[in-house]
Amino acid sequence: MPQQFLAQGEQLQVPAIDFAAVLPILIVFGAASIGVLLEAFLPKHQRWSSQIALSLTGIVGAGIALAAYISDAPEGGITTFMAQGATTGAIAVDTPALFLWGTLLALGLASLLMIGDRSLEPGGAFISQAGLQSGGLQTREQANVTGMQTEIFPLTLFALGGMMTFVAANDLLTMFIALEVLSLPLYLMAGLARRRRLLSQEAAVKYFLLGAFASAFFLYGVALLYGYAGSVKLAEIAAATAGSSASDTLLYAGIGLVVVGLLFKGSVGPFHTWTPDVYQGAPTPVTGFMAACTKVAAFGGMLRVLTVAFEPASWEWEVPLWLIAVISMAIGAIFGLTQRDLKRMIAYSSIAHAGFLVVGAMTLTEDGLSSTLFYLLAYGFTTIAVFGVISLVRDANGEATDLSSWAGLAKRSPLVAGVFTFLLLALAGIPLTSGFIGKFAVFSAALADGNAALVVIALVASAVAAFFYLRVVVLMYFSEPAAEGPAVTVPGAFTTAAITLGTAATLVLGIVPAFALNWASAGGFVP
Amino acid sequence: MTPTYYLLLSALLFAIGAVGVLVRRNAIVVFMCIELMLNSVNLSLVTFARINGELDGQVMAFFVMVVAAAEVVVGLAIIMAIFRARRSASVDDTNLLKY
Repeated sequence: MPQQFLAQGEQLQVPAIDFAAVLPILIVFGAASIGVLLEAFLPKHQRWSSQIALSLTGIVGAGIALAAYISDAPEGGITTFMAQGATTGAIAVDTPALFLWGTLLALGLASLLMIGDRSLEPGGAFISQAGLQSGGLQTREQANVTGMQTEIFPLTLFALGGMMTFVAANDLLTMFIALEVLSLPLYLMAGLARRRRLLSQEAAVKYFLLGAFASAFFLYGVALLYGYAGSVKLAEIAAATAGSSASDTLLYAGIGLVVVGLLFKGSVGPFHTWTPDVYQGAPTPVTGFMAACTKVAAFGGMLRVLTVAFEPASWEWEVPLWLIAVISMAIGAIFGLTQRDLKRMIAYSSIAHAGFLVVGAMTLTEDGLSSTLFYLLAYGFTTIAVFGVISLVRDANGEATDLSSWAGLAKRSPLVAGVFTFLLLALAGIPLTSGFIGKFAVFSAALADGNAALVVIALVASAVAAFFYLRVVVLMYFSEPAAEGPAVTVPGAFTTAAITLGTAATLVLGIVPAFALNWASAGGFVP
Repeated sequence: MTPTYYLLLSALLFAIGAVGVLVRRNAIVVFMCIELMLNSVNLSLVTFARINGELDGQVMAFFVMVVAAAEVVVGLAIIMAIFRARRSASVDDTNLLKY
């Protein structure tokens, strides 16, 4: 074994870091760390306002830093965190990464507004002390007392920072660490609902156990690829695929395990089993955050891994991924039909959308990349607004998510029913919404790549899925409202802003999508 | 002794962990099986580092240990919370969310 320890007197070389390029990530993580300190040192009544101010400043500041960097970003992208003598760094800052950072920051801002809202429920959607025993007297009391667990804000920022690192990770180890940094806060956030504590805790346990199980698979895949290529860098894995003396078993098993871990995070069927339960049990603002941002991060990471590292081995994974896309679309469209709970229905819709995204992600052309990026942007905004609207319809026990209680909603609140109809049409992919442009771009890219059969199956799945969206629309407009049905709460400024942002983006991206499509296709991954 | 044996041992431990996750009913035991899977990966990483004649894999094993420690903190907190509510850590009892 060669002697690689440092000789006496030799200095450890610090990797070269381009701070301007990674400033958005650093700002988000910095704000999260300050948020933890605020929790420790501020008195309870000051925490909510200072945490909100800090988190919003952090995300907006990161957005400004991102815009400043984009204005004179080097052509073709760079990699940074580069060790001495290495050819590529651990973080790649290229057009897809910048696009996904912008998407994540915008979606994170909308989610944060919903998480911070205290107008719908006195004190916000989160429990005041997570340690309280559920079902006890204290838990029932806390449901009506103001105040919430303000740790939710630093947790959100840590998760967001992890997602931003994940989509830019240029080696598999960085990717694994970022995966955990984004997942661990989400497991906790799922369990913090103010009402229906048992459901929320159950969602957290299921998400945690299955998420950790999937990370273990991802990690074993990383180890096998390291054994195959002698490096975890994406570019070197691609180079080793072209000619390595190591056993191909390591390569195939490694690719399989890594991709399974990513598919799990993206809630692609058949690795979707956690999705409906967690979406239903988690507090609605957190569900919105998970549904939009986690999906962007998971597919951003998948695009990079498939394109940069596994492209030379594409003949090996194309057929399995083809099958997985079909299974995911079928599961989402068929099981979505049978749901009685609105949050579960949207969860199955997200599984169907994950199938469409796989169609885009496995199309390794320039159009495939840019259309998938656009789809993520469009889908994220629509989903956040959907969960924002779901959080408005409430009865005495909190949110009324059962489908029957939404009957006749248009008579009570035409505006909310109108916005929700528009958002459901966007999820179904009707023209003049961003959902249509996204689907059109992804399917035409797949068609151009010669995947006609898959596109036909995807169109059939879209048609089936459209049925269960339209069922809700019909229910809202053509049914008589129940006598003691839920009321539509008038939202405060925060939730209004989040829903408006999501709906406006859905409309704008549906009518004038060119600017976003142009940005998405401005460049590919750095090699 | 050839390093291949260590790889086989690691694959065996990983398989034992994965089967344990699927068949065991107690959330704590399931969680321990996940830790077993992570540690079997550490064994592969170190073995591959030895085969490749470099230290990268051993450094990666350190990262994995740190991640596993963080995961224990989060996981035990969540399992504790649900145990206090139900007086049971069985994953079969957590069945309110379905269909």
